[in-house]
Amino acid sequence: MEERAIHIVDLHKSFRDQKVLDGINLEVEKEKITVIIGKSGGGKSVLLKHMIGLLKPDSGEIWVNGTEITKLNDKKLNEVRKTFGMLFQEAALFDSMNVYENVSFPLREHRSMSEKEIERIVEERLKQVGLLAFKEKMPSELSGGMKKRVGLARALVCDPDIILFDEPTSALDPVISLTILDLIKETQSYIKKTYVVISHDILGMFRIADKVAMLSDGKIIEYGTPQEIRRSKHEITQEFLQATQIPGFTGGSHG
Amino acid sequence: MFRKILRSIFQLPLTFLQELGNISRMFLQVTYLSFRRPFKLDYIFKQMEFIGVRSMLVVVITGTFTGMVLALQSSYGFRKFGAEGLVGAIVALSMTRELGPVLTSLMVTGRAGSSMAAELGTMRVTEQIDALTVMALNPVKYLIVPRVVASFLMLPVLTIISDLLGIVGGYIIGVKLLGINEGAFINKIEKTLDLPDIYNGLVKAAVFGIILSVISCYKGYYTRGGAEGVGRATTEAVVLSSVTILISDYVLTSIMF
Repeated sequence: MEERAIHIVDLHKSFRDQKVLDGINLEVEKEKITVIIGKSGGGKSVLLKHMIGLLKPDSGEIWVNGTEITKLNDKKLNEVRKTFGMLFQEAALFDSMNVYENVSFPLREHRSMSEKEIERIVEERLKQVGLLAFKEKMPSELSGGMKKRVGLARALVCDPDIILFDEPTSALDPVISLTILDLIKETQSYIKKTYVVISHDILGMFRIADKVAMLSDGKIIEYGTPQEIRRSKHEITQEFLQATQIPGFTGGSHG
Repeated sequence: MFRKILRSIFQLPLTFLQELGNISRMFLQVTYLSFRRPFKLDYIFKQMEFIGVRSMLVVVITGTFTGMVLALQSSYGFRKFGAEGLVGAIVALSMTRELGPVLTSLMVTGRAGSSMAAELGTMRVTEQIDALTVMALNPVKYLIVPRVVASFLMLPVLTIISDLLGIVGGYIIGVKLLGINEGAFINKIEKTLDLPDIYNGLVKAAVFGIILSVISCYKGYYTRGGAEGVGRATTEAVVLSSVTILISDYVLTSIMF
């Protein structure tokens, strides 16, 4: 069995004259939590969007479970996408639907299930994120942290193999951030799937990561376990680690 | 320097052509997807309610008052050579051939087109459109096709209402207020108004429905740059739709009538 869920080879992407990804090489291991750390505006989101085919690279390859996805047509790409779940930065819940409808939406569209089965699965997922009591609420009535939890329930509802997280703790206060991180860790240990997380919050991510990749100037400059990264002598990694040790530092800007 | 001048001269027509190409492509994509399963009927009905039923009040008001003012203005002119009996015919012809479809479309653009652009724009900047794509669902199928189909179906319906109320408005002003002979008023309408006048007007309305929904959805769908971008997209959607409706009105009229 293949050990890598996602394998990225020499990925390049520019927007106009600006190089955003400049030769990314990365292997994401199966059933592990891999965190990609980088500065705001450093191309983390762009990298994540490539993994699910929202963006096409200028050159390079992306292998997902043994399929190269950068040259697939929409139909085949959609088959690959069905094995993914994604939690967006602002959760991206559909405003026109309530919590229950949001979480059940992917099931309804892709599986032919009875209403009863859908209800069972959705309620289980909502219970898992602790929001069963809120299933009738509209997204506009929820706080940022609750939206992310609903987003997580929606990302998990189709039992995807790979789940992508775009800045799961940005714009949240430190306490809520921790509960989200613990929830991610807990869900992953409960159902072993491949998680890819991008964030700038290096300390928070050490709580959940099996592997950490440091992204800087469009390249992966370091890759290893949290312990290895913590001991790293690399200048940029050091800079990141030290920034979090300044007294009174509260977590940095989001974006 | 020279290049800069050259570029600024050609920039506008180039952008225009590019935009036209993109919108046409979106139209073709929507047309193709409208005939492919799954037919999202519940989505279409929801949009028909939004575009049709909820635009009713504006259409009723604009239709009635346009007919009324037409009667008022034309009777002023016709009185000068004693042809007041023709007021009814003029109101009926102007409403069915021209003002019914055009004013209805412009009102729906302002009411529903703007909200299509704003809603899709917000969905774009809050990544809801990406969320659909990630779920392996085609956003054009789920978001744009229902709106275009609903506009295409509802605009003629709204236009019929506008036509009818315009004529009724003209009747009230002409016959009841200005004292034009009722028999002459109705008789002239009957003699001059042919069925093609009405249904060519409805064809125009259906085309305008497609124009305003495709342009508004296109502008919303490709919104960039946060709340400001949504505002810009909405304005552009209304302006571009209205202008295109008026231009294509001329073209359609010269072809059909």
